[in-house]
Amino acid sequence: MAKIIGGVATTHVPSIGKAIAEQKQNDPYWKPFFKGFDYVHYWLAREKPDVAVVFYNDHGLNFFLDKLPTFAVGAAAEYKNEDEGWGIPVSRSIAGDPALSWHIINNLVADEFDITMCQDMLVDHSVTIPMALMWPGEKWTVRIVPISINTVQHPLPSMKRCLNLGRSVGRAVNSYPQDLRVMIVGTGGLSHQLDGKRAGFINKEFDQLCMDKLAGEPDFLTRYSIHDVVEESGAQGVEFLNWMAMRGALTGRVTEVHRNYHIPISNTAAATMVFENRDEAARRAA
Amino acid sequence: MKQDIPGTTLFDGDQAQKGLALNRMCFSFNSAENRAAFLADEEGYCRKFGLTAEQRAAVKSRNVLAMIAAGGNVYYLAKLAGIFGLNVQDIGAQQTGTTVDQFKQKLAAAGR
Ligand SMILES: [Fe+2]
Repeated sequence: MAKIIGGVATTHVPSIGKAIAEQKQNDPYWKPFFKGFDYVHYWLAREKPDVAVVFYNDHGLNFFLDKLPTFAVGAAAEYKNEDEGWGIPVSRSIAGDPALSWHIINNLVADEFDITMCQDMLVDHSVTIPMALMWPGEKWTVRIVPISINTVQHPLPSMKRCLNLGRSVGRAVNSYPQDLRVMIVGTGGLSHQLDGKRAGFINKEFDQLCMDKLAGEPDFLTRYSIHDVVEESGAQGVEFLNWMAMRGALTGRVTEVHRNYHIPISNTAAATMVFENRDEAARRAA
Repeated sequence: MKQDIPGTTLFDGDQAQKGLALNRMCFSFNSAENRAAFLADEEGYCRKFGLTAEQRAAVKSRNVLAMIAAGGNVYYLAKLAGIFGLNVQDIGAQQTGTTVDQFKQKLAAAGR
């Protein structure tokens, strides 16, 4: 059976892609952020995931505002990245796992999540930058199942809906008959705002609260409406919805094993977290 | 009931309808060929995408707040800003009426 080993959540700011291309990882500006990945590399080397389910939001590469799904699940054998217009290098493509994708799709729809299914899907920096951060030199061997959440055009799905979407994905993965080690990724955030007279807004206290509650009390965070999240976390801080879905997919006993938080990277409060997920059987055996 | 958040325009259905032509033009800037075509003939390129007079004036003035008022979504506007070599600190400074250095200082201060 497939087993969910844990999750990684990370910021996906486009300028990280430029910093990687220019090898600025040890510059004073970038080091506090990139250092936060040492533990992630250790954890991935130890845990050896086969597949990553990645919750992210498209910023206008695969989807335009004319036809914008609230939730979309990739079912491709390969995911390409392309020019996004803001000057970050194009990533190498990432292998998919269509059989697992369709298993997740079938289970989500049976569970009344009426998602969009995508046999062709470009993935933007919010997938490729976390991949490049987790596996420097684009040396990933995992396959991915990308799941996009609309965080761009309101109305957005609620915090509760995204947590429950994740839970449904988690149940689907747990029922997959193949022996696979599956990790869950949530990308984006934390607090930031790019637009308007409030551009540059960052809220350390709210970010800290979100990170503190995520492992043990994710349901606490569902009290915040989308309007509240925009107010507390900034207009683009709503990318935290991807983190909520990631957390939902960790269906066992969840512990936070790593956290790095640094202000600022670009206009953003940058955060990286690692969670372990232990199922009940493993807990009894331990 | 919708309460306003100061200095923030929620990109909702009203904004999405208003901004469709402008955002569609910015979406086209994913292609290097289209970015070059815009630079070669800005007026003609904007006409081809059917920008409203308000959107055309906002683009012409390079004023991000005016583009947002005309329905622009910041992820799409960032593709336009990229053509002029402007990043999100540059447009942050422009929108908040500060220098880029002051804007960066404000970001750094949020971490202390
Ligand atoms: Fe983003």
